[in-house]
Amino acid sequence: MFITRYIKEVWGAVKSLTTGMKRTLYYFTHHKEIITEQYPDNRDTLVLPDRFKGEVVMPHNESNEHRCTGCTACELACPNGTIKVITRFDITPEGKKKKAIDKLVYHLELCTMCGLCIEACPSDAIKMAQTFEHSVFDRNKLTKVLNNPDSKIMEGVE
Amino acid sequence: MWSFSYIANEIHEWLSKTFNPTWTLIIEMVLAGVAVIGLFAVLGLILVIMERKVSAWIQIRLGPNRVGPKGMMQSMADTVKLMVKEGLTPTGADKIMFNVAPVIAMIVAMLLLAPIAFAKNFQLWDLNIGVLYVSCVSSLMVISILMAGWSSNNKYSLLGAMRSGAQIVSYELSAGLSILTIIVFTGDLQMSKIIASQKTGWWIFKGHIPALIAFITFLIAVTAETNRAPFDLAEAESELTAGFHTEYSGMKFALFFLAEYVNVFIVCAIGATLFLGGWMPFHISTWTGFNHVMDYIPSSIWFFGKTFFLIFVIMWFRWTFPRLRIDQLLNLEWKYLLPISMINLLVATLMAMMGWHF
Repeated sequence: MFITRYIKEVWGAVKSLTTGMKRTLYYFTHHKEIITEQYPDNRDTLVLPDRFKGEVVMPHNESNEHRCTGCTACELACPNGTIKVITRFDITPEGKKKKAIDKLVYHLELCTMCGLCIEACPSDAIKMAQTFEHSVFDRNKLTKVLNNPDSKIMEGVE
Repeated sequence: MWSFSYIANEIHEWLSKTFNPTWTLIIEMVLAGVAVIGLFAVLGLILVIMERKVSAWIQIRLGPNRVGPKGMMQSMADTVKLMVKEGLTPTGADKIMFNVAPVIAMIVAMLLLAPIAFAKNFQLWDLNIGVLYVSCVSSLMVISILMAGWSSNNKYSLLGAMRSGAQIVSYELSAGLSILTIIVFTGDLQMSKIIASQKTGWWIFKGHIPALIAFITFLIAVTAETNRAPFDLAEAESELTAGFHTEYSGMKFALFFLAEYVNVFIVCAIGATLFLGGWMPFHISTWTGFNHVMDYIPSSIWFFGKTFFLIFVIMWFRWTFPRLRIDQLLNLEWKYLLPISMINLLVATLMAMMGWHF
């Protein structure tokens, strides 16, 4: 019937609005749950979540070895030409030619932190670092070479 | 008990001893004007910081915390910023109307302050049709909004102003009907008599369920009348940039901003007067000891406490509910609030006739 539906509607509205108001009153009276980061003040104790994407880096182990095979999958995956892989051919002791990277050039100023390169990488050679204070006065400093000088590919990474 | 009325009486006595009656009246009027402007300035500062802190805590944020202790001087800094900014008048605007609109908003707010009793025997003008006066003058608020929207020569401003017109015309009805419920119980329009009738208990308790329903209707309607969220269609940042005050800057914008907060204060003061007893302390009819203890709290603290509680409730609404669409807004008024408050008024009239309230 019309009138019962009407009363039900009003009652339902009042109930759902009070539920919302109860929730916000809870937040209002519990100040411990504050989610704001007091950034420049808490720089020393700042904890970023794992999923935070700051910039692309290539981890190296202690004997200056990385995992990059120079397959250029990251370059192909990048939507805006941020990564440029410059490859060279090494001669192995057996006398075979083997593809390796000379430089992995990364343009931070073009990067949108989408993370597609990291997903595309078959050998987990690159990952996202949690640094985020990227401002510099010279634009050239934003063009980075990710592999260390004289670094080699790790044994067993194909 | 200590009260504002002692200060007022002493000033009055000193003035009547020193000057003749005409000059006394003129000086008293000037003093009242200065006091009203001072109250507006203080209210603006307090309510802006209160709004920002309440919204921050409701949204699990910290809010302003840089200027002064715990950020409490933030609104001072904002005021200075707004005062030194340029008050621009657009070339295409209707110059006179554009510049007069914010002043009218303030004048309406000032006029509304006249019949409000701030403390025991402390009232600017205790006219015998106080409530009627308030409900009439408060509908003038829409004129300043329409003027601002029309004279800006901007489609967003005009749309915002027109929405505001539709909204205020609709919500005046249920605000008026919920005020009438209390008038039916008291049988008087004078503010001081309405407060005096709540000596044995506030109307929200004495009037049983009809008073409670009227109170809720009143709160919803005045939230809509002051153009605050969830009924802020006149501003609607996401659709109309800033609605009727899109083209305003500097001090002219500040006047609109101040008028909004002062209007919130005024409607909450009226709500506190009608439903929560104004400056009347919390009395339970036969407990004389308890009533006596309550009388020791100054009447101005009771009044401002109740008013600020209602202001908090309205802020709580603003930061909890999503904005209504224009058709939902009009549906809420014409299909729900108006029929409910009409039936409520009938029930209240029956109760008043039979004497069923306390």
